[in-house]
Amino acid sequence: MSTGTPIARGLLPERLIIPMDQQAGPAAVPVVEVGQRVRKGEMIGRPGGLRSAGVHASASGTIGAIREGPVPTVNGLTTSLCVHLQTDGRDEQAPSEGWPRERDARIDAICNAGIVGLGGAVFSTAEKLRDDAECDLLILNGAECEPYISCDDMLMREHPLEVVRGALAMMDLTGAESTVFAVERDKPDALRAVREAAAQLGDTRIEFARVPTVYPAGGERQLVELLTGREVPSGSYPPAAGCICQNVGTAFALDRFMRRGEPLTSRIVTVTGNGVAHPANVEVPIGTPIGDLIHFCGGYRGDVTRLILGGNMMGYALPGDDLPITKAGNCIVAAHADEIRESTGEWPCIRCGDCADVCPPRLLPQQLLRAATVRDFDQLDSLGLNDCIECGCCDIACPSQIALTERFRQAKQAWAVVSQRAAMADLATRRHRRKLARLAAQTEDIHRQQDDLIAAIGSEDSRAMIEAAVARASRRRGESDTAH
Amino acid sequence: MRFELKPPPHALPTTSVPKVMRHVIYALAPAAFAHVWFFGWGICINALIATAAALGAEALMLRVRSRPVKPALLDGTATVTAVLLAFAIPPLAPWWVPVIGAVSAIVLAKHLYGGLGSNLFNPAMVGYAVLLISFPVEMTYWLPPRGAELGHSPVGAWDSLRFAVTGSLPQALAVDAVTQATPLDLVREGLTSMQTLAEVQAGPLFGGMGGRGWDWVNSLIAVGGLYLLFRGIIRWHIPVSMLAAIVVLAAVFHTIDASRFASASFHLFSGASLLGAFFIATDPVSAATTNRGRLIYGAGIGILVYAIRTWGGYPDGVAFAVLLMNATVPLLDRYTRPRIYGRPR
Ligand code: SF4
Ligand code: SF4
Repeated sequence: MSTGTPIARGLLPERLIIPMDQQAGPAAVPVVEVGQRVRKGEMIGRPGGLRSAGVHASASGTIGAIREGPVPTVNGLTTSLCVHLQTDGRDEQAPSEGWPRERDARIDAICNAGIVGLGGAVFSTAEKLRDDAECDLLILNGAECEPYISCDDMLMREHPLEVVRGALAMMDLTGAESTVFAVERDKPDALRAVREAAAQLGDTRIEFARVPTVYPAGGERQLVELLTGREVPSGSYPPAAGCICQNVGTAFALDRFMRRGEPLTSRIVTVTGNGVAHPANVEVPIGTPIGDLIHFCGGYRGDVTRLILGGNMMGYALPGDDLPITKAGNCIVAAHADEIRESTGEWPCIRCGDCADVCPPRLLPQQLLRAATVRDFDQLDSLGLNDCIECGCCDIACPSQIALTERFRQAKQAWAVVSQRAAMADLATRRHRRKLARLAAQTEDIHRQQDDLIAAIGSEDSRAMIEAAVARASRRRGESDTAH
Repeated sequence: MRFELKPPPHALPTTSVPKVMRHVIYALAPAAFAHVWFFGWGICINALIATAAALGAEALMLRVRSRPVKPALLDGTATVTAVLLAFAIPPLAPWWVPVIGAVSAIVLAKHLYGGLGSNLFNPAMVGYAVLLISFPVEMTYWLPPRGAELGHSPVGAWDSLRFAVTGSLPQALAVDAVTQATPLDLVREGLTSMQTLAEVQAGPLFGGMGGRGWDWVNSLIAVGGLYLLFRGIIRWHIPVSMLAAIVVLAAVFHTIDASRFASASFHLFSGASLLGAFFIATDPVSAATTNRGRLIYGAGIGILVYAIRTWGGYPDGVAFAVLLMNATVPLLDRYTRPRIYGRPR
């Protein structure tokens, strides 16, 4: 529905709200002041530590304010420091710094340029590239993570050369032996485009793979299994299976940075749903309020009941449209009531097992549900609650229309609280034990001294010992007096 | 603008319990037509009475358990139970037979275990078992199929209805004069009285692959079952493993002694093998839920069906086989969990 027209460009809102907390790691630290003029691409937040990334002005203008505000992050709606930027429409560019020669310097530059995984996880790209210990395979992820989203498809169709160049740069940086470029079956145009681009660049190292369009094939863990037959061990990331996954949008951003020195200041966002007048893929400056983006797409149409950030499987509902688009914002769905799930009662679980048939990590949602209802955490553990990727597939397949995913999310939270409490109780017990041991040692000490005293009584220097003991006691009393 | 906050997923569900139940009824329709063609309107009368009784019992039990009544009545599950039961009841039955069967199914098997989703045993089969044990005579009032020349005209719709209401036939027709044993009964009786299979199967009730008429009904049941498979309402594991077990056992014994053991096709197309495989063993609530569990569960039913038919005390064993295997489901579910992605092999 949003792939019919080319990527729309030229959106420049009057005001940008640029959050410092846009990446999976720590938030960036503002390096600008209120009233300061900035040019597009100028750093306004420096990386706030390992796995963080730089944040840049997405347009030229003046810093209006720096304050805490609500930000839709990957972990839900949180508050973060935001730099408010009053744009001036002049689109002045900051001078570029050039692409360093050394690998380490390059990786640092990528971190400073604010490049993070644009598939939605916003994991630090620099960190992924740096951390290549045993990775032999680079996977270029051109499979959309959700059915509604088409921004990666459009990017591959319109900028195949940049994407492939970015991919080649990633190969060189990681030293991966081979690269697989995965594109979904139903995107023949995108596949043709990137193939031709690779041929044009004279590259023969990249292998192209068509993957089935089955949600969530774009999920890293599923993609790794699909392409290599390897599994990412429970609780870890693809590198544990020897793979690095990079999104095509990230490759595009990397190429832009390498060739033009432009840091990450915009991303492609799919705007869709029956509630938006002209669904489209839009190149959006980071920090654009969602309302401005919708306005750019012709505004709302009809009665919009839910505004969803991300796709309609894993995206979450937003309370309002005054929130900014961040680097993680791949899709906005303005949905009418008839295209979304209304929780109108559930039937009891009829044990049909349809949920298990669609569960990507092969869990048994129906058994998980039972264990979650009674909060049996041992059972939940052995049934793999924490391996649930919250993809929502089980919900959609369930004939009893049970909100399984939400129950699992809640159970995970409850479990986290319970295990935290258990850890705290454990700590307290250990502390208590240590204290008891200390007391026992002290008592023993005193006993030994008394024994010595008793043994000394009657001996020649008993008098001296008693005097010494009295002196010790009075000194101690004096100490405790001053202590009080 | 303010928008509602609901947790993901937001996508529409693809199915619902009433929709699943509706498709089960659609899938049974062709076989029901064949049943009417060969054995008269009895099955429809029984289905109507059983459905009414099942819905009544369901409403009553929900009221007693203070649960909302309307959504449960509309979910179609009680209706499906009643219709499946009707397939197991002889076409000529006094009204209280389907009533007792349906009420037992809903009250005993379903609600005493906690209602929809909580029952350990298949309700329709519990209803059938209650009838078979309590009213062994009434449960043999099967009619000869159309086309088997037995010297009198088939029992008509009116006569069936009259029998359902009053328990007697017009013109002083004796029940025994019009009813007929089923092919499985005949095989069983014939073999115990030292006839060979070939002699038994030369009778007018036999023909084609199973019993006359039954082969059609069962073929259409299989068609309905394939429809359910195709619609993704059932999975292949249970029907395939159950039928495979029956076919393999029947083929082996038939090869050993064809005069005492019926052929695989006879076992498939007479009795309730196909109904059981596609519609009864696949009842989600009382079946195993993992794929490996389903294979074991289906195979277990198949083996038991063959054993009960061949060496047990009842001509057909589907109901008891299903009920026995129902009891193993909690264990199967527990010990056949698939390996989770990313966990050690
Ligand atoms: S939400 Fe969790 S349990 Fe449900 S299908 Fe996805 S991974 Fe499986
Ligand atoms: S899909 Fe729903 S009804 Fe079926 S087993 Fe899973 S939770 Fe139960």
